[in-house]
Amino acid sequence: MAQLSSSLLYIAFFIYFTATILFVVSLTVKEKDGTKSNKWGKWGYILSIIGFICQLGYFITRWIAAGHAPVSNLFEFTTFFGMMMVFGFIIIYAIYRLNVLGVFAMPVALLVIAYASMFPREIEPLIPALQSNWLKIHVTTAALGEGILAISFVAGLIYLVATIDQSKGSKKTGWLEFVLYTLLSTLGFILVSIGFGTANYQASFEWVNESGNQAELVYHMPAIAGPHDGVQLTEGTFGPLFEAPAWMEGVDAPKKLNTFIWALFSGLILYLLLRLSLRKRLGAALKPLMKNINTQLVDEISYRSIAIGFPVFTLGALIFAMIWAQAAWTRFWGWDPKEVWALITFLFYAAYLHLRLARDWHGEKSAWLCVLGFVIIMFNLIAVNIVIVGLHSYA
Amino acid sequence: MDKVKCDCGHLNPYGTIICEACGKPIQEESPEKLLNMRYEGTARRSQTYNTNVVDKIWNFFSSVKVGVWLIVITLIASAIGTIFPQQMYIPPTANPAAYYEKEYGMLGEIYYILGFHNLYSSWWFVLLLGLIGVSITVASIDRGVPLFRSLRNQRVAKHDNFLKKQRMFAVSKRPEDEEQFMEEILFRLKEKRYRVRREDNSILAEKGRFSRWGPYVNHVGLIIFLLGSMLRIVPGLYLDEDMWIREGETKAIKGTDQEYYLKHDKFTFEVYDKKEERFSEALNRVQQPVPKNYQSDVTLYKADEKLPGAKPDLSEVKDYSIQVNKPLEFDGYSLYQVDYRQEMRYMHFELQNAETEEAVGSFSVDLLNPKDDFDLGDGNRVELEGYYPDFYFDKETKKPATKTNIPNNPAFIFKMFTPETPEGEVAFIGIRQNLDPSGDNQYKVAFNGIDTEFITGLTVKKDYTLPIILIGGIIFMIGVVQGLYWNHRRVWVKVKEEDVWMAAHTNKNWHGIRRELDDITVKLNMKQLVDQQEESKKA
Ligand code: HEM
Repeated sequence: MAQLSSSLLYIAFFIYFTATILFVVSLTVKEKDGTKSNKWGKWGYILSIIGFICQLGYFITRWIAAGHAPVSNLFEFTTFFGMMMVFGFIIIYAIYRLNVLGVFAMPVALLVIAYASMFPREIEPLIPALQSNWLKIHVTTAALGEGILAISFVAGLIYLVATIDQSKGSKKTGWLEFVLYTLLSTLGFILVSIGFGTANYQASFEWVNESGNQAELVYHMPAIAGPHDGVQLTEGTFGPLFEAPAWMEGVDAPKKLNTFIWALFSGLILYLLLRLSLRKRLGAALKPLMKNINTQLVDEISYRSIAIGFPVFTLGALIFAMIWAQAAWTRFWGWDPKEVWALITFLFYAAYLHLRLARDWHGEKSAWLCVLGFVIIMFNLIAVNIVIVGLHSYA
Repeated sequence: MDKVKCDCGHLNPYGTIICEACGKPIQEESPEKLLNMRYEGTARRSQTYNTNVVDKIWNFFSSVKVGVWLIVITLIASAIGTIFPQQMYIPPTANPAAYYEKEYGMLGEIYYILGFHNLYSSWWFVLLLGLIGVSITVASIDRGVPLFRSLRNQRVAKHDNFLKKQRMFAVSKRPEDEEQFMEEILFRLKEKRYRVRREDNSILAEKGRFSRWGPYVNHVGLIIFLLGSMLRIVPGLYLDEDMWIREGETKAIKGTDQEYYLKHDKFTFEVYDKKEERFSEALNRVQQPVPKNYQSDVTLYKADEKLPGAKPDLSEVKDYSIQVNKPLEFDGYSLYQVDYRQEMRYMHFELQNAETEEAVGSFSVDLLNPKDDFDLGDGNRVELEGYYPDFYFDKETKKPATKTNIPNNPAFIFKMFTPETPEGEVAFIGIRQNLDPSGDNQYKVAFNGIDTEFITGLTVKKDYTLPIILIGGIIFMIGVVQGLYWNHRRVWVKVKEEDVWMAAHTNKNWHGIRRELDDITVKLNMKQLVDQQEESKKA
């Protein structure tokens, strides 16, 4: 069952990949009858749905194999988040039938799923606090909400690529490049992980870990950032160039910091390679793809996906979370960092809705906010686990 | 102030921008501009009065700009609170003043001095939440009341300028048969689930008006939620106590005023078995044992009518296994499994011949209630001369001493009597220590095993504010869904002398209403409605 499950995930991944290509093609071909949808886009959409069904198969078979819902560690949760992004895309595409949405949504979902599979993938047992139906309901609903909200990021990004003036460099083009660069860093992280993983790279350190015990920390990438006061155990390996600061208290924080630095570094190399071969800003290179886009519609999609995603997110990440916390930790709210960041996400989107409704923040301002919202969601998913110790840092 | 009378005869409150009834713009703006349909152009208190202090405060809190700032400040403050752990998450024995500096350096010290270590219960954070509450209330009343009035008073026939200045508008050819046209368009609109009203040659089709109340409903939910979470300070509504119970022990449950008693029958702690196949890979990677279950089997008793001073009679209420995520609930109380300890309870010894190690008898010491004297039969006897449950050697007095009363590191001074040594011999026994102070004892006390005992850590909770908070949450959810998943759409049709005017408005989702109306205009062979806002942008 576990074997079948991971095969289904691979299949889903490749179907999503194919769907992405079809969506890209759909933008480049001339539409004969002038309608928005064409057959490339239609097939892209159909493939997205088939891929989603495969991934659902992965989810169900893994559930059967594990005996509990597979949303209990970073790999499982992040994969599920990617799946919910695809689901969010399927819903929004059904309403608006805009192919360009697929060109961005599917790659971002692919990145998220690939990122997820860099974490340990074994089926893990549940510690007592996680043995709760409310936990499953909380996590799945929260991920669904975040998946739909992620579509607003995609739409916001499309809006920015399509509208920002690329004739000369400005602060805006700079920030847009930065957003694209962070996406490349995720890709870089995946490539570097696979690369060093295939080479079976290892370097170990002796250090005092986050719970104050002497322990060994094994790096699978060359150590740029070593553990604080760590002693190198392997000979002839590279680095470390400096030590991770002592206040990073997540589980194995120095290793995660090191991985993060590699991600930024490899992203930079990818970015520079692309930039040199294209001889223009990435935003400028993407812009021609967007020439037939109805930006007003894209703007509305970005708002609509927040309007749909916000209640789902609130229900899952706050209300169901509180119900679970009341049973598991005796209090519905404990100001645990992950909880606080869910609240921050909630407040952020609430502010967005008010700015849009009452202060007419449409178009570009609104699009930047959509991007920022996704940054907050990803921060909660990635950084909070690395830097901060809390009840949720179980993975 | 005086009411404003519109040409149509309707009396509008002072400050009205668009007549509530016929929609004629009262304060005529430049002729080309689209009407600002926000809150239907009603007279909002905050937009009308600004003279005295009350007005100024009202206007301050009713401003969305202020509201968003309050939200953003709360958001940033919350984020700062997660940079370093809050005080409740640092070791309880640590002194926070020193802890933050030691662990996080100068930044930690600043963090502590500014009070961020206790951010979420600080006065200013609570004040921020309070201000948000006030702002929500004021802003909602300022807009909700006039909006309600205006939507209730609206008439079917609207002023020409009202129609012309809608964002979606078109003028079509006058149909040959007016009656037939009216019937057909009414039918099409009903088909799209509009509620239609007709007055002579005018139509008002409307749907989803209830979604306009969504924000007000969700704001009410938020206020209930906020008030509910503050109610905790009212005595009697909230109880939070910790208690420890040993296996076999019966204790009055804290906070129940001796009404309920709990007996702890048995504690279970289980870890996952590495041999369990589906988890074996993960269990081998993490190496450490992974806990599977913490469980206290308990019996709940209720005390019958108790006489002052007398021991109460207990009658059994129920047996239950408290686990993490499965609290025991009764009479408004919940008992949670939160912690456990394992303590040494009985230590077993043998009295042996020092040379041959031949046993002459054995005895057990109850580490919580040690006896002084152990009769081993045949004239053999051991006296407990000194007991140090948590032993250390005091360097100043040069004597053994104990740190606490908890048997963490028990040590004993025994005096051994046998028929051969009637004077008695002294031995000092501790964990992995067995001293013979005189050096020529004929007998010794040898360690012969230990019994441990579980003590479960439970939290007693009673929280009568929870239902209020939950209701607040449910109302909030209803409100957001109502406001965000539906929208308020209106279509006006007016058959005039030469042509037919059609205008439409929605509070959101213009894409949706456009698709809906395109469908109708195509079927009726009318002009497609034009989005005048987009047109003006293009121009
Ligand atoms: C965390 C706190 C808050 C939440 C979660 C919240 C939630 C919402 C939501 C979901 C909407 C509907 C938005 C839409 O339809 O796009 C809304 C509308 C609104 N909110 Fe809030 N709100 C909050 C605080 C505030 C505050 C502090 C103010 C004070 C100025 C305020 C004033 C308004 C106004 C004026 C509307 C529009 C009402 C209408 O159009 O009829 N809200 N709110």
